[in-house]
Amino acid sequence: MTQLIWLTIALPILGLLINGLFGRRFLGNRVVSIIAPLMVLLAFLVGVGAFFETMGRDGEAVTVHLWNWTTIGDFSVPINLLVDPLSLTMVLVVTGVGFLIHVYATDYMVHRDDHGHAHDDRDFPRFFTFLNLFIASMLVLVLGDNYLMMYVGWELVGVSSYLLIGYWFDRPSEEQTPIDLGPDTEPVQLQPLLSPAASGMKAFIVNRIGDVGFALGVFLIWSTFGTLQFDEVFAEAVHVSETMPTVIPWITALLFVGAIGKSAQLPLYVWLPDAMAGPTPVSALIHAATMVTAGVYMIVRSNILYSLAPNVSLWIAIIGMATAFFAATIALVQVDLKRVLAYSTVSQLGYMFAAVGVGAYTAGMFHLVTHAFFKALLFLGAGSVMHALHDVIDIRRMGGLKDKMKITWITFWIGGLALAGFPLMSGFFSKDEILAHVFEASPILWFFGILTAGMTAFYTFRAIFIAFHGKPRDHHLYEHAHENRAPITFALSVLAVLAIFGGLLGLPAFMGFTHYLDGWLEHVLYELPHGAEEHHMSVTMEYILMGTSAVIAVGGIALAYFFYMVQPSIPQNIARSLRSLFALLAHKYWIDELYDTLFVQPGLKLSNAFANGLDKLIIDETFIDGSAKLVGRFGKLLSKLENGYTSNYALATFIGVLIMISYFFLR
Amino acid sequence: MPIEFPVLNFVAVGPMLAVTITAFLVMFIELFVEDKRILGYISLVGLAVAAVLSFSLMGAFAAPAFQTMVISDGYALFLNLIFIIAAALSILISLSYLGERELQHGEYYALLLFATVGMMLMGAATDLMIVFMGLEIMSIALYILAAFNRQQLGSGEAGMKYFVLGAFASAFFLYGVALVYGATGSTNLQEIGSWFSVDRGNLGDPIALVGLGLLLVGFAFKIAAVPFQWWTPDVYHGSPTSVTAFMSVGAKAAGFASLVRVLMVSFNEAFTIDWQLALAVLAVITMTVGNIAALAQKDVKRMLAYSSIAHAGYILVGVVPASMIGVRAVLFYLFSYTFMNIGAFAVIAILERRSEVGSSIQDYAGLASRSPFLAGMMLLFMVSLTGIPPFIGFWGKLYVFWAAVQADMSWLAVIGMINSAISAFYYLGVVVQMYMRPVAADEDGVEAPAFKLTGPIMVTLVVTAIVTVVFGIWPTPLFNLASLAAFG
Repeated sequence: MTQLIWLTIALPILGLLINGLFGRRFLGNRVVSIIAPLMVLLAFLVGVGAFFETMGRDGEAVTVHLWNWTTIGDFSVPINLLVDPLSLTMVLVVTGVGFLIHVYATDYMVHRDDHGHAHDDRDFPRFFTFLNLFIASMLVLVLGDNYLMMYVGWELVGVSSYLLIGYWFDRPSEEQTPIDLGPDTEPVQLQPLLSPAASGMKAFIVNRIGDVGFALGVFLIWSTFGTLQFDEVFAEAVHVSETMPTVIPWITALLFVGAIGKSAQLPLYVWLPDAMAGPTPVSALIHAATMVTAGVYMIVRSNILYSLAPNVSLWIAIIGMATAFFAATIALVQVDLKRVLAYSTVSQLGYMFAAVGVGAYTAGMFHLVTHAFFKALLFLGAGSVMHALHDVIDIRRMGGLKDKMKITWITFWIGGLALAGFPLMSGFFSKDEILAHVFEASPILWFFGILTAGMTAFYTFRAIFIAFHGKPRDHHLYEHAHENRAPITFALSVLAVLAIFGGLLGLPAFMGFTHYLDGWLEHVLYELPHGAEEHHMSVTMEYILMGTSAVIAVGGIALAYFFYMVQPSIPQNIARSLRSLFALLAHKYWIDELYDTLFVQPGLKLSNAFANGLDKLIIDETFIDGSAKLVGRFGKLLSKLENGYTSNYALATFIGVLIMISYFFLR
Repeated sequence: MPIEFPVLNFVAVGPMLAVTITAFLVMFIELFVEDKRILGYISLVGLAVAAVLSFSLMGAFAAPAFQTMVISDGYALFLNLIFIIAAALSILISLSYLGERELQHGEYYALLLFATVGMMLMGAATDLMIVFMGLEIMSIALYILAAFNRQQLGSGEAGMKYFVLGAFASAFFLYGVALVYGATGSTNLQEIGSWFSVDRGNLGDPIALVGLGLLLVGFAFKIAAVPFQWWTPDVYHGSPTSVTAFMSVGAKAAGFASLVRVLMVSFNEAFTIDWQLALAVLAVITMTVGNIAALAQKDVKRMLAYSSIAHAGYILVGVVPASMIGVRAVLFYLFSYTFMNIGAFAVIAILERRSEVGSSIQDYAGLASRSPFLAGMMLLFMVSLTGIPPFIGFWGKLYVFWAAVQADMSWLAVIGMINSAISAFYYLGVVVQMYMRPVAADEDGVEAPAFKLTGPIMVTLVVTAIVTVVFGIWPTPLFNLASLAAFG
């Protein structure tokens, strides 16, 4: 299977070709919704096969050479796939979670009327075409054995993301109901949500900013190492860092700029919440489980470079933790269920970056995997609610849904517990591992981390209690709510199991368990020859930290219970007394407005000035049109010479002959 | 006195024999069949046999045959493939195109096959006499084919002009052969080459040099290089489109095949300086004139005629460096050009009005809404001809320009690129018509022509499109094949 790993990319491409070319006209939605998940499932099975083979090889990496794309002089681009524990981890997550989400989407993307009859949706094949495209792109990103392929995949997932966010490109932007703060306080107005088309563009453009950094980083690698192959770059890295000490910090910083964009970190996180305008399976797959973790993957892949640039790594940890904290505060007051989860994703990605920033690459990957499980689960749960409520996503209109949607409710609870870091759930182990490593590096960062963990538990269960418990707020919606069909509940159930037991991959070693992920990723992580001396903290300390995490998680949940189930007046009172702070959070710190004033508007003005002044008047009218007219006239003249008279042609040919002879004669 | 028997190696000329025999068969069978399309399919079978023979000879020893008159080396065999593919694709177009115009005659296929034999002979010839023979076999067949649509004045005019001017050019070529023979005492390419290297004084021999100049004239005429291109627009425009498709790629490839071999074998080494400058100048004016004149065209067929002149210029850029890298680039380019150009002509053949000569650009207005498939195909070929990645035309251009850069002639590559940019204007002009203009009745109030897609021409479209895309995304196998052909 290892040699056949290219199938994991080829199968989704096959699927997208079949569905894209024939789906709408010949196959029909039913066949499309079989082909698309089937291809991802087959890809997953290939990945599983490769996984067992790699286990058998004890994690040794294998490079599968496919072909040489092109050779121009010394520049040759071999298309190789790298099969090693790290890439396989990503392959399994992408295809595994991807398959479940494909299955889920086969029902979710079908619109039914109240009698359960499906509408004939002509756009249906387009959705699955793009979704398969995403899977293929993501696999190119993680399976490439060089930075060029990674870059190609990096851009391709960006395109798929753009296409899928804007899938409902004809939907307008939506007004949001203001947040009511009680009788004698002015309600907090909310900005309208961007339309899907605008959100797609926003995501694409903001990502572009990061991609510039990434591209520059790749260029710098090429000019420094003369190669983009991972193994060659990593083998030279230590040597290069000795001879040219500034280069590697630059490379790592530039690559990280790409990660900031793709993985939605401060200050480029702004696109991710708006990306929720896309269909929910897309939010689950691309904007929670897989694509946004590409930055983490990239850093773990390049771990030796980052280990050689400790200052950059420190900054990554700081930015990661700051993002985690910052996004969690915003999530506290969001009223849109998907946006709560979106800010939570930004926050959890911050944790992962904090982990890789302090050199805990395994912990980062561990959290990446568990997060993929429980956050995909939560998004799919939110989608299940949306599907039942005819696309209503405002939690203020929900309530009491637990009686109507048992499976969704239970699985959402499981996802929530995992996200909150409730003891023994998958998220508990991975988050705790990160926090322990962060504590080792800097107790201050750890403090923010644990604070964030508390907020995470609180906002997660705030949403759960408001949406699923209590009394129904909108009776009409409540009456029509119902549990969804099998594809949706199937995906939820499987992910719920994974969200509970995903922690088994990395049970804490200090408690005497085997940390499977540690051993599995061992070969991928480079040891520095004279690396920092290993100083492990005491087991007691580990227990204390773990206990703190557990207490904080339970405490956050309990607080949410108290606020929203026992004394619902408290949160409103707090919001009223701290109205300005509340408004600040509800408006997401006015960051979008700030960027608009600082960058977007001046940029537009400048572009307009260039377009109407410099470009239109000088370049277009004078140079372009002018030269085009000149050349055009010349062309007319030339075709006039072509007047159809054979004797003229013969004469002209003869003149040509004379010139030719004279040249050779007089030379 | 021992009698020397001439060394005849029929295996080496196997592909040519296969095509010749097929041509005779076609003429013979024509007497007995009513449905002449069968002859087209028989021709395809013959070409397939020739292709298989060429492939099987590919790895074998580069065998000279017939007293070193011809050789079947990788270079010749690679070109054989181009000629065979060009002929086969044109026959597929013809099967649809001729039927609609009631021109389905057996001679047509036989002539097309004879022209192919002539081309193959030019690719394999190692003696100037054989080059000339190939040239004439090819040309005479093409003259008749150009005039094949007897009902139309334009077609007759095309054949006539092609014949008169072609004969004119052939005369110069033959005169060149005579001068070279007079100076060197041989018509064998190898011997001519060694005569120059025997004595460095020979390099300046004015008779040989003028002979070379006249040979260049002959080739320049066949490849349609400025200022010997005059016949091209009228002939391409007037000939039946299936014939235009064939000669725009086949005759051009044959001309280049011989030109490159003659220059590299006979006039190489210290001699190159002389023809390099001449060819470089020729390349520049050919590209520029072809592209600029194409801008002013209102007829798509005529525009492609000028575009084919421009492409001759690009290919010459690959010949100028006199390097094997350049030869490889030329071979790659010829191969790529065969597919994308025939593809474009296939679309034209479908859209052409039955009563008229040529194909007005207005007939393409709004094609995207009438037939998304045809518009998509045309878009693909136009983009590829412009040289935009990831299509095969991009690599062809990249390799010839790269060859120029390698030979320290970056200026030539730069001029080529500027020309590429100019060409985008008229190629994309077709795209603008297809996608951004409404379907419009023309001045006379006549609706845009109806068209139908029939099997054979669909095959042409699909094959050319697939090759254009697949080798565009993954050029390496073709590149390796061209390397094998150029370097042996």
